[in-house]
Amino acid sequence: MKYIDEYRDIRLIRALEKTIRREAIGSYIFMEVCGGHTAAIHRFGIPSLLPPNVTLLSGPGCPVCVTPVSTIDRTIELASQKDVIITSFGDLIRVPGSVSSLEKEKAHGADVRIVFSALEALEIARASKGKKVIFLGIGFETTAPGTAAAIIKAKESGIRNFFVLSAHKIMPPAMEAIICDGTEINGFICPGHVSTITGSKGFRFISEKYNLGCVISGFEPVDIMMSVLMLIKQVNNHKFLTEIQYSRAVTVEGNLKAQKIMDEVFTLASNEWRGLGTIERSGLKINDKYSAHDAEKVFSLKGLSENLRENTSCLCGEVLRGRKRPTDCRLFAGVCTPDNPVGACMVSAEGACNAFYKYRRNG
Amino acid sequence: MDEFITLNHGSGGRLTGELIREMFATRFGMNEPFTDSAIANIKGREMAFTTDSYVIEPIFFPGGNIGKLAVCGTVNDLAVAGAIPLYLTASFIIEEGFPVKDLITIVESMAQEAKNAGVKIVAGDTKVVEKGKCDKIFITTTGAGVIRDGCSHIGTAVKVKPGDRLIINGPVGNHSIAVMGARKQLSFTSQVVSDCASLNHLINRVLDTRCEVHFMRDLTRGGLATVLNELSAMTGMGVEVEEDKIPVDEPVKGLCEMMGFDPLYLANEGKVLIVVPPEECDKVMAAIRSEPSGEKAEVIGIITGNKNKMVIVKTLTGGTRILDMHSGIQLPRIC
Repeated sequence: MKYIDEYRDIRLIRALEKTIRREAIGSYIFMEVCGGHTAAIHRFGIPSLLPPNVTLLSGPGCPVCVTPVSTIDRTIELASQKDVIITSFGDLIRVPGSVSSLEKEKAHGADVRIVFSALEALEIARASKGKKVIFLGIGFETTAPGTAAAIIKAKESGIRNFFVLSAHKIMPPAMEAIICDGTEINGFICPGHVSTITGSKGFRFISEKYNLGCVISGFEPVDIMMSVLMLIKQVNNHKFLTEIQYSRAVTVEGNLKAQKIMDEVFTLASNEWRGLGTIERSGLKINDKYSAHDAEKVFSLKGLSENLRENTSCLCGEVLRGRKRPTDCRLFAGVCTPDNPVGACMVSAEGACNAFYKYRRNG
Repeated sequence: MDEFITLNHGSGGRLTGELIREMFATRFGMNEPFTDSAIANIKGREMAFTTDSYVIEPIFFPGGNIGKLAVCGTVNDLAVAGAIPLYLTASFIIEEGFPVKDLITIVESMAQEAKNAGVKIVAGDTKVVEKGKCDKIFITTTGAGVIRDGCSHIGTAVKVKPGDRLIINGPVGNHSIAVMGARKQLSFTSQVVSDCASLNHLINRVLDTRCEVHFMRDLTRGGLATVLNELSAMTGMGVEVEEDKIPVDEPVKGLCEMMGFDPLYLANEGKVLIVVPPEECDKVMAAIRSEPSGEKAEVIGIITGNKNKMVIVKTLTGGTRILDMHSGIQLPRIC
């Protein structure tokens, strides 16, 4: 298939493997901050193609994983309210909250539905007069424009029973938080789909301010190997740039229409990330203009905090910060499996623990 | 066992297996291996029995409907056990207010598919429930057939040996994608049609060759990955497949790339995995390819002597990876 086969060409991969081995004269740690990359890296067995002095580390790139327990708890609280239908991207319903999960609440009778997009949730609202349909908006710049579009459409079409609980986040502040946290890395494999929206310009401050390599990568093995090589060269030359490897999809400016829709609906606000805590200006809050569709404003939610509980043995937070690897966790593959996940990173197909479990098991 | 049943228990993956073993088999006194049909000896004749309930949203989709599915699925469960399917029963649970014209369409396609497959629908039952007590229509079909001579081992995998070849009769994933398209979940139209088909003629053609067939199972909910894992667990042997040999139609491949699905986990309704000794492989392949539902058949892998009961995929990049049972339903990427 065009745009797939050539990026899985075994001869190209072998050539890149050879060049990487030749160029990798020091020690390198690169972090990927996109759940899609995490899944692809393990699915294609990229670590086995790299020399031991080139390490790939997963960061806070999985939307389900970085959604904190407090958001799950709030959604569960909303699900218990009368005439409420919760709509969510699928994986999220399995993430354990403090005492329950949306999946368990659904089995107990809460109306929780899996949707593929915010617009699908809007259609449910249109068809469910007398019900209040709340979409749990998670994800980065990839999913946020879709949520924004649904909110605009709801307002325009007068669908008053559609609400969004926005837990949307943007990626660059989290990358900065990782750097300031002191995680030792030499560069980032920057997210591919996020960058189709934001363009490469959103990451430039990282290479300029922190002297770290940034390469926006595609999702095929040739893409990832090539991005690793580009990062190695940046480190070797001490010349740190924000480069685009994924040039068939990403531009410097990004998707201006999607950016405009996001600006129309959202404002930057501080936001809580699992593992990273609260990060200034990293979340997308719904503007006052659309407050009639903002679940935070429309529904009364009890104060949280006291009963927040996460399994203290779970290393999800540390894994998301790049401090630990999934196999460092003593729950991994024993107590915590995809069937019986303890932490969010084992739930989502884009989570590091899930990818390790699925494709590698033994690290 | 969990405290409550969740949707994941019905996904056809690991949790479904756990439910069958720990809940039903222990209490009903059923023994492994769990096969698609049970075999009973009645007055010296080996008979196969099976039953299946069909719930699908939407009930009409490109390539079929719930009625056609209810016939094909049960016919296939009999055929892969080495049986000649003969009789079906059909039970309907219908929601009040269901349009009669839709029921006519469904029942007529059941009659047509039964005719195609050469089976008779001989008994049935109907219940109508209040609105909201079921979703439009649920159908349960039960099937009976006669085991072909010397074929009762086929569902149990007892004859499977290292070196055996794995054959699949065509591209995987079409049913899942067709249904998702009909649910309007893909946000664009696709021309993918469900592979929903009765496989008994194809299977008969294979068994008529008199070649040794060591195992057969139809691929349904959990896709190829699940059947390969079941085979590995049943035999205690390793299974190795080559990713680039597994047929996937271009539109399905494209949609999978876009949505982040793995076609090996997508549902099928007209695909069967056939395991044969290497020396019989060409002859069996020729028989399969001579049938319309087997034209795109491929040899996809091999049984290895490896005792670690794992399914290994040789990837396109020359590496290997584990192909595990899937937990829960597949979901589109959001990152």
